[in-house]
Amino acid sequence: MKVNSSKQCSSPVNTTKAKEKKTAQASHTRPGLAALMRGWVYHHAQTFFASLGRLSRSPMSSLLTAGVIGIALAMPASLFVGLQNAHQLTAGWRGAAQISAFLKQGLPAEQATALAQQWQNDPRVASLELVTPEQGLEEFRDLSGFGVALDALDANPLPAALLIRMAPGQDDPVKVAALADELKQHDAIDQVVLDLKWVERLYAIMQIAQRGVLVVGGLLAIAVLLIIGNTIRLEIENRRDEIKIIKLIGATDSFIRRPFLYEGLWFGMLGGILASLLVNAGLWLLQEPAGRLVDLYGSSFTVHTLDPMTIILVIGCGALLGLSGAWLAVARHISDIEPG
Amino acid sequence: MLTFDNVSKRYPTGYEALKQVSFHLDPGEMAFLTGHSGAGKSTLLKLIPVIEQATSGQVLFKGINLNRISRQRISYIRRRIGVVFQDNQLLFDRTVFDNVALPLVILGMRHTDIKRRVRAALDKVGLSGKENRQPITLSTGEQQRVGIARAVVNRPEILLADEPTGNLDPELAVEIMQLFELFHQLGVTVLIVSHDLALIRMLNKRTLRLNEGQLVQTV
Repeated sequence: MKVNSSKQCSSPVNTTKAKEKKTAQASHTRPGLAALMRGWVYHHAQTFFASLGRLSRSPMSSLLTAGVIGIALAMPASLFVGLQNAHQLTAGWRGAAQISAFLKQGLPAEQATALAQQWQNDPRVASLELVTPEQGLEEFRDLSGFGVALDALDANPLPAALLIRMAPGQDDPVKVAALADELKQHDAIDQVVLDLKWVERLYAIMQIAQRGVLVVGGLLAIAVLLIIGNTIRLEIENRRDEIKIIKLIGATDSFIRRPFLYEGLWFGMLGGILASLLVNAGLWLLQEPAGRLVDLYGSSFTVHTLDPMTIILVIGCGALLGLSGAWLAVARHISDIEPG
Repeated sequence: MLTFDNVSKRYPTGYEALKQVSFHLDPGEMAFLTGHSGAGKSTLLKLIPVIEQATSGQVLFKGINLNRISRQRISYIRRRIGVVFQDNQLLFDRTVFDNVALPLVILGMRHTDIKRRVRAALDKVGLSGKENRQPITLSTGEQQRVGIARAVVNRPEILLADEPTGNLDPELAVEIMQLFELFHQLGVTVLIVSHDLALIRMLNKRTLRLNEGQLVQTV
């Protein structure tokens, strides 16, 4: 655009113009494309630091704005990290997803063993245990306290059973149910019991929580957008006279936009850094009491703080929101300001 | 260099500031624009850096019709025009150097070149050594000189001034006018709005006089 228009400006339309050009300003040279590019890169680099410098000249108000953005970003970030911790905690429970397949009453022991071996080789199965009717009776006698009543029976009423644990990665409710269905089709299997309800409920709860994080995160992202947009709008308003003067000297809208956009970027990035610090400080405070609670349950769970990738993500999101918010403000307000 | 061809300017309020003004400025020429207040001097001047656009007629800057120019190109036209204001329009939160450097920063010039050009411009207006001062610490005359340095630093093809001596006492006004004459001698086309007739007579240059929006006399 730049090159094009300057070319147009300098192309002589007629001979008088060409003469004018010669006499006017011999020293007035138009920059080439390389020089324009260099100037553009140079101005970007310069504006990047100059806008940070501007923020540092009013540290209190900059810090307040960054703080508000930081808190707004910290909320979805902490929900996210909470969810990560919940995932980690429930990963241990989900291994417990177990299918109990009761074989037909009176099935010969060899057939039961063959069946057990057949399913043992299935890749979805992590471990399989064959419980014979005798073992089942023993266990029941030990655990139920109905020993005397059982003695009164003539024959063992219990069937043989297969206890199947799902392989890692195969333990979500849909896959577990599919395997249970397959087992049910088998002639030698009488009944399949799986305690899926709680796994399904846990899944459902986790999904609600995930959706909730998205909704809250989305709302707070909009809040950050509006906060930065409004801050930049005020800044533009404060510098209205300066913008008029610079426009009169020949600055394009994009040249004037640039420092404001970088300012938004800095606000967003500083907000992201503050949010990461806030979340990690909060988690650090939680670590000790959570550790005590977990000890009481005999679990090895530890509270996870934000990992470096997530911190980069939070700061990146902040930067992106800052830039977008600033863009909203400059797109609307800078072109309205005209000298005159 | 600059041609006004039957230019009229009517503001949305219905006020007609300029009525069929025609004149031509040759490259390197120096001229004054005079007239009582409200005669349309400032309006005429505003048409050149496209702060306002004519309602009818043509304003040609080096053959470019300023009435039919895209928003984007206005910026590039303004870079070729130096403007000096009565109230200097400096940025008071920056040093003298940064003020003068502004047109060069907009052009994307390298820092070393900017330094050289700014020093040269400040030297020409007699302010060398004051580049690190804040404009507020300078006298009104010196501030006006900073404004002139900013207007000429990127070697514009035409230099416009709107009552550049309006706020100055007579001696300072003469000095500032002599500065404009210096740039004229260096080959820059100069158009100065002024109602200081004594000063205009002293410099003995072509004078355009506006009366109620009409060009009544060119000497």
